[in-house]
Amino acid sequence: MTAVITSDRPDDGPSTNEPATGLAWVFRDSWTEATRHLRSVPRNPELLVFATIQPIMFIILFVYVFEGSIQVPIDYVQFVIPGIFAQTVVFNSAFTGVGLADDLTKGIIDRLRSLPMYPSAVLIGRTVSDAVRNVLTFVVMLSVAFLIGFRFEGGLGGAIAGTALMFAFAYAFSWIQALIGLSVRSVEAANSAGFIWMFPLTFVSSAFVDPDRMVGWLQPVAKNNPFTLLTNASRAYYNGYDAGNDGWYALAWAVGITAVFAVLATRKFAQSTSA
Amino acid sequence: MDNTAHGPAVLAEGLRKRYGETHALDGVDLIVERAKVVGLLGPNGAGKTTAVRVLTTLIRPDSGRALIDGIDVVAEPMRAKARIGLTGQYAAVDERLTGHENLEHVGRLFHMKRSEARDRGRELLDRFDLADAADRVVKGYSGGMRRRLDIAMSLIARPSVLFLDEPTTGLDPRSRQSVWELIEELVAGGTTTLLTTQYLDEADRLADEIVVIDHGRVIARGTSDELKGQVGGDVLEVLIDLDAPTDQISAALSPLASGRVVIADTEDGRHRTVTVPVSKAEGVAPAVVRQLDQAGVTFIDVTGRQATLDDVFFALTGHGADEPTELEKTGKQ
Repeated sequence: MTAVITSDRPDDGPSTNEPATGLAWVFRDSWTEATRHLRSVPRNPELLVFATIQPIMFIILFVYVFEGSIQVPIDYVQFVIPGIFAQTVVFNSAFTGVGLADDLTKGIIDRLRSLPMYPSAVLIGRTVSDAVRNVLTFVVMLSVAFLIGFRFEGGLGGAIAGTALMFAFAYAFSWIQALIGLSVRSVEAANSAGFIWMFPLTFVSSAFVDPDRMVGWLQPVAKNNPFTLLTNASRAYYNGYDAGNDGWYALAWAVGITAVFAVLATRKFAQSTSA
Repeated sequence: MDNTAHGPAVLAEGLRKRYGETHALDGVDLIVERAKVVGLLGPNGAGKTTAVRVLTTLIRPDSGRALIDGIDVVAEPMRAKARIGLTGQYAAVDERLTGHENLEHVGRLFHMKRSEARDRGRELLDRFDLADAADRVVKGYSGGMRRRLDIAMSLIARPSVLFLDEPTTGLDPRSRQSVWELIEELVAGGTTTLLTTQYLDEADRLADEIVVIDHGRVIARGTSDELKGQVGGDVLEVLIDLDAPTDQISAALSPLASGRVVIADTEDGRHRTVTVPVSKAEGVAPAVVRQLDQAGVTFIDVTGRQATLDDVFFALTGHGADEPTELEKTGKQ
């Protein structure tokens, strides 16, 4: 802190270009934001470890504790693994809301909103980087599933189709979470508000049990749950049997949720300031 | 740069912003000339942060207009954003990244070339005494280091105007001192700055012009000396007991005062101070004593001294600068 550097003088003018417009800048700014989040992943491997402990625990608990008592039409491991995969990647969407709430309370959103960047890039960068992290969790989970005997009976095509559908859903949900994260006033609130509704959504579905064996009034709820569409379709792709139209319906849900909540979250973002 | 670049860096006229019943901004005018520091001084809830947020495009005013380098912040927010640097109330640094990565990231979002953002980042880290910590993750930085990095991030693209919203709030005295020195250096280098603060000494020390704001309105403006002159130059302080009759005292001393008589509890809460602005303290004390005697009021002590910005603030608002007003903290959504 010695010499005064004269290049800060205002008559030099700002060194930035005039603001950018157009699709190229959306991609560039989104990628810049995504790298902000991804850069830290290798530095905090423990975050990834903790993110995979719960799904691994679920795999072991469901397969070994419930296998004998839950009656499903196919082998229970082949039945429940797609359900646990779907639940896990969808649950991980909550990180989007938590991360945004964290940025908001720390004033980072204020700064980003004062920059001449494409505003939605903050949200796109966040959701995309969370999807990438989700892939890393998925790989760990998949290895554990293989260890306990799960196999893709539907071949590579089925494996890809089923997994892609789960990630489309998780991505759609991360926009719901983005809206939640920007609407609450603390990271803790984003965490509870992000997770709480996903428990009934994923449990009152075909993810772990056959909805036909639920109590009567719950059956229509479970059968019409979009998460049931997702697990039914992914399970069919993974196990190599006909998914009917479930895959398309599930995809339509994912696209619809993304469209609606991307608009809502972007609007919310345009008004978000720290407390 | 266009032909408007010769006008003031910041020009705001009649800014209004309401939140429900609260007038966060109630017709604020502001001018920040190039290479000057304007200090926006006011208590919590006065509207300082709301003003900064309007000027930095974060919130839209209900009415009025604001120009950065002649560019309207509402009509052309993107062009305005390209010319400002904002350091908000919280150090907006990403704890997971290193200091240098934080700087490079903001530079990239200003659409600087990667190499340019990196070089400029190193230069700022050197200047802000952060070179040793440049490649360490920010999580381990102290509060003062975070604040310095935060200000550096605002300067990465050489903005026309730097906004500092309460830059030393929450810092320990040593960090506060180092941030002050840093701002003084920037100012010496010609960085145009709008600074908000609730600390009178901070405004006194850093600002060329002080704009006093309360309840969303500008209630006074001028240099520190001009504002002190408004109080009358000197001040007499009369120390009284808590149960002394304040109305009677005010009435007795008003004829001697050159401005508003202010009565407030002392910091320890055990006595009260009556502050009487006078044009010259010399020779007034005996008159004060006589007046109080005639009114039958007992007092503990009378002292005379030069007016400070604290007195100005008290005289203008009737309350201290660090006491929140009854208004909610503004700028909430």
